[in-house]
Amino acid sequence: MNDRLRNYRNWMMLSVFTIATIIALIPLFGVLSYVVKNGISALSLQFFTNLPKAMGLSGGGMANAIVGTLIMVLIASLLGIPIGILAAIYLTEYDRHSWLSVGVRFATDVLTGIPSIIVGIVIYTAVVLKMGNFSALAGGLALSIIMIPLIIRSTEEMLKLVSHSIREAGYALGISKGKTILRIILPTAAKGIITGAMLAVARVAGETAPLLFTALGNQYWARSLNEPMASLPVQIFQYATSPYKEWHQQAWAGSLVLISLVIILNLSARFAFRSRSN
Amino acid sequence: MGQSISVRDLEAWYGSHKTLKGIHMDIALNNVTAIIGPSGCGKSTFVRCINRMHETMPGTKVKGEIILDGVSIYDQDPVALRKRVGMVFQKPNPFPSMSIYDNVVAGVKLNGMTQKHKLQAIAEKSLRMAALWDEVKDRLNYSGMSLSGGQQQRLCIARALAVEPSVLLMDEPASALDPIATMHIEELIRQLKADYTILIVTHNMQQAARIADSTAFFLNGELVEHGPTSDIFTNPSDKRTEDYISGRFG
Repeated sequence: MNDRLRNYRNWMMLSVFTIATIIALIPLFGVLSYVVKNGISALSLQFFTNLPKAMGLSGGGMANAIVGTLIMVLIASLLGIPIGILAAIYLTEYDRHSWLSVGVRFATDVLTGIPSIIVGIVIYTAVVLKMGNFSALAGGLALSIIMIPLIIRSTEEMLKLVSHSIREAGYALGISKGKTILRIILPTAAKGIITGAMLAVARVAGETAPLLFTALGNQYWARSLNEPMASLPVQIFQYATSPYKEWHQQAWAGSLVLISLVIILNLSARFAFRSRSN
Repeated sequence: MGQSISVRDLEAWYGSHKTLKGIHMDIALNNVTAIIGPSGCGKSTFVRCINRMHETMPGTKVKGEIILDGVSIYDQDPVALRKRVGMVFQKPNPFPSMSIYDNVVAGVKLNGMTQKHKLQAIAEKSLRMAALWDEVKDRLNYSGMSLSGGQQQRLCIARALAVEPSVLLMDEPASALDPIATMHIEELIRQLKADYTILIVTHNMQQAARIADSTAFFLNGELVEHGPTSDIFTNPSDKRTEDYISGRFG
């Protein structure tokens, strides 16, 4: 009797968990399938090769926005990944407990949770107004500021996973602390650090708000990094809020490209992590 | 036979806890010295002072003097000192990101040796000394983590030997290993003492009796007794040593 009751309860709870999981998955697959369904019809080779065309002309694309996103994410990565990793090395290897480390760790926690539009406004005030124009550089800078705390945190966690005995083994061989970090600890944590960096890249690739105030957007190719530059999220935002049906179509196609980019980055990050645990 | 290491008034702290309370000890050249004693008696701290690893932990402090070949170790750069005083740890700790070969030559390679044929010669010589060569010679570029626990520990010994230290500190090197792997390591220690001064911390008194020329008994941060191993085990001069080795405590 007791066993039957226990089995029944067990079955009930399992059903509850399963249903909750399915409910959680509905929005994810809903969004994905909706974007694929609407985006795939507007997707063509021209979408990847052409500039946006004026309303009423067919065959427009988002080539400049795709390249713009890649360029600004690259700028953000060049700034954010080294700074984030180096700061994390300082926090874990050199100075775990001082007020500076505690302060930086607190600040990164706060920054991770800050709405990205605030980063956009700050860069707008501090850089765009000072330089006198919107630019790709300001856009990349805003994205890097969102990236840095993410990378500090993920790198720190990965470095902490490297056992203390590995550090001691390095020191005991008469290897200096710097070389132990560079040649032994970093390679040991490398896959995890790369995974964290890729997830941070994927996260900023889809950011719209910080770019609205910094890179602004551009219907043409930007001739330098000091000019306004188009990006997928901003282009999607502008097209989706326009009253034209063709532009809505283009926004769907842009969404599909952006979501694919983020999924590819995410999957490759997870793949890198899986091969680490084997 | 000269005195290889002289320890004078050595005191060490972890935070406010004093783990070594004034150690006087002379350690002979090309000998195996076993350090025995119950858990928490300071034996690990003692060997970790000799290559100045103790100081790498935050909140630690050391006082006193350790003379190695006539020179105080505290007048030397710790990184340079550790090339002369190698260490093998309780748990095998090969570098996970490196192959077997890279593990063995890590110490020399990261300190600037680049000539490939020299590195290869060092790797083979060290692995032969650690009695591991025959088992790994066909898979030197496999990960060090692919080896069994006992093999990993011999890899760590080879890695320590590759730097050509004159002193080898071993902190319970066999305590994580099975009896056969332990036998291998003990055989190795017997062979190595021709060229090295070896200090081995052990919980296992039979092990100390089997391999050590002299034995030191530590208790509560003090050196109770130090002498030839046969004397310590058959005719201890201190009552506490007798109680410990006869299993009355510890």
